[in-house]
Amino acid sequence: MSFTGFLSQALEILLALALAPLLSGWVNQWRAWLQNKSAPSLLQPYRLLHKLFNKESVVADHATQLFRAAPYVKFGCMLVACAIIPTLSTDLPLAPAADAMALVGLFALARVFIALAAMDIGTAFGTMGARREMLIGFLAEPALLMVLFSASLISKSTSLTTIVDTLGHRELAIYPGLAFAGVAFVMVSLAENARVPVDNPATHLELTMIHEAMVLEYSGRHLALLEWAVSLKLFAYSCIGLALFFPWGVAQATEPLTMLLALPALVFKLAIGGFLLAVLEAISAKMRIFRVPEFLATAFLLAVIGLLVHLLLATR
Amino acid sequence: MSALLTQFVNLLGAVLLMLAFAMISQRRIVSLIHLFTMQGATLVLSTAVVGYVTNQPHLYLSAGVTFLLKVLLIPYLLHRVIDRLGIHWDVETLINIPTTMLIGIGVVIFSFNLAIPISQLSTTLTSGTLGMALACVLLSFLMMITRTKAVPQVIGFLAIENGLFFAATSATYGMPMVVELGIALDVLIGVLILGVFMFQIREQFDSLDIRHLEKLKDD
Repeated sequence: MSFTGFLSQALEILLALALAPLLSGWVNQWRAWLQNKSAPSLLQPYRLLHKLFNKESVVADHATQLFRAAPYVKFGCMLVACAIIPTLSTDLPLAPAADAMALVGLFALARVFIALAAMDIGTAFGTMGARREMLIGFLAEPALLMVLFSASLISKSTSLTTIVDTLGHRELAIYPGLAFAGVAFVMVSLAENARVPVDNPATHLELTMIHEAMVLEYSGRHLALLEWAVSLKLFAYSCIGLALFFPWGVAQATEPLTMLLALPALVFKLAIGGFLLAVLEAISAKMRIFRVPEFLATAFLLAVIGLLVHLLLATR
Repeated sequence: MSALLTQFVNLLGAVLLMLAFAMISQRRIVSLIHLFTMQGATLVLSTAVVGYVTNQPHLYLSAGVTFLLKVLLIPYLLHRVIDRLGIHWDVETLINIPTTMLIGIGVVIFSFNLAIPISQLSTTLTSGTLGMALACVLLSFLMMITRTKAVPQVIGFLAIENGLFFAATSATYGMPMVVELGIALDVLIGVLILGVFMFQIREQFDSLDIRHLEKLKDD
């Protein structure tokens, strides 16, 4: 392991931990502005984390060890996911540990644990939220895999660093297959991050909540970890999107100094992405839960068509 | 430069295909007309780009005619028809929408397979788009089959023509101008006649459901 590789890996993890709440704050701020509300401060998520970490964690009497362990597992999964997605540099010592498919597996692991923990207490809300989350998850996963496959067909590898290397440092070419994959990816990430057309992160209305219903029983440091993990997940998904569709500006192993340029590029791209996410959330209405399978089936079909279009154009 | 523009035409073909899928999954008639307008605009852009790449000025003219007809006139006529008929919502399908989309995937695979040997023989720049154009035609056809109301069927018919036009411009660099003008006029007259027809259907049956037409049969 080279020193620069180690440095860029450490930088990436620290950056993910530090920037993820900021991204959530940025999206929330824009969302409030677009809805004509006075916006919370950009630093609100940090304050929330600070508050929650200083509070006592209350756990139900009959909670098992699983309930206590789940927040740590989810946080760990998200952190590893952020570590293997190339955000600043493609020279990542951890990256060979997991390719695109294992990344989807990491997200699934976190989801299974949090759903089990939600059912562990035995309240009606937790169980309902867990069931809905699993419904969404099992429909979103194949679509996400198909999106990742479209990108790996182009670069002939499922390793995320190789994908970014080939996509970001080739001569400019338009891939129509990637356009389909991009639309599908936006739909999947809206569903996976519990964003508006599928779930509302700000709601506590009993009948409509999905993700909030699962974490209802958590408090104190457990809740803080979960909130942080949610921010990290949004950050990870945004970075996957940037890595697949706008990979320019990520530093290569041969030129570690371009990392200095990669940081402002990343912040700029994330700022625009967060703004667009807020716009998307402001203009769309939350759909009925029974429409979600249709929504995600559309995402899956689009991703499959992306693959087909790529194959059609590649055979010439 | 021209390689990039060729890829751009491919991209526009993909957008056209995406819009065809969006039309299949759309439940509201107003959105259906918006999607049709977008399809027309994509077609205008791709025709102009093909005209620029291959240096054929008559394609600009056909792009202009397409713009007038498919982006301005026909959507305006359709909006007027649904305003007069007072329908904005009811798109009924014979099979439910996810199933239709699954069939759509099959249609896409079929047409891509069909087009690959043809495009390998072809020497034109953008022959890869033939498969996409064929898929657009068949998807619009599927939409016509699965919808029970008259207005979506008419839009499906117009979308078929969009697909054919895209195939003509991208795979063979356009038909002769006379043929193109003739088709454009045919489509316009078709919309006018079908518009009158829709009013007649509703007057007769108090609904736009095509299935009522079966009553007209002699027993």
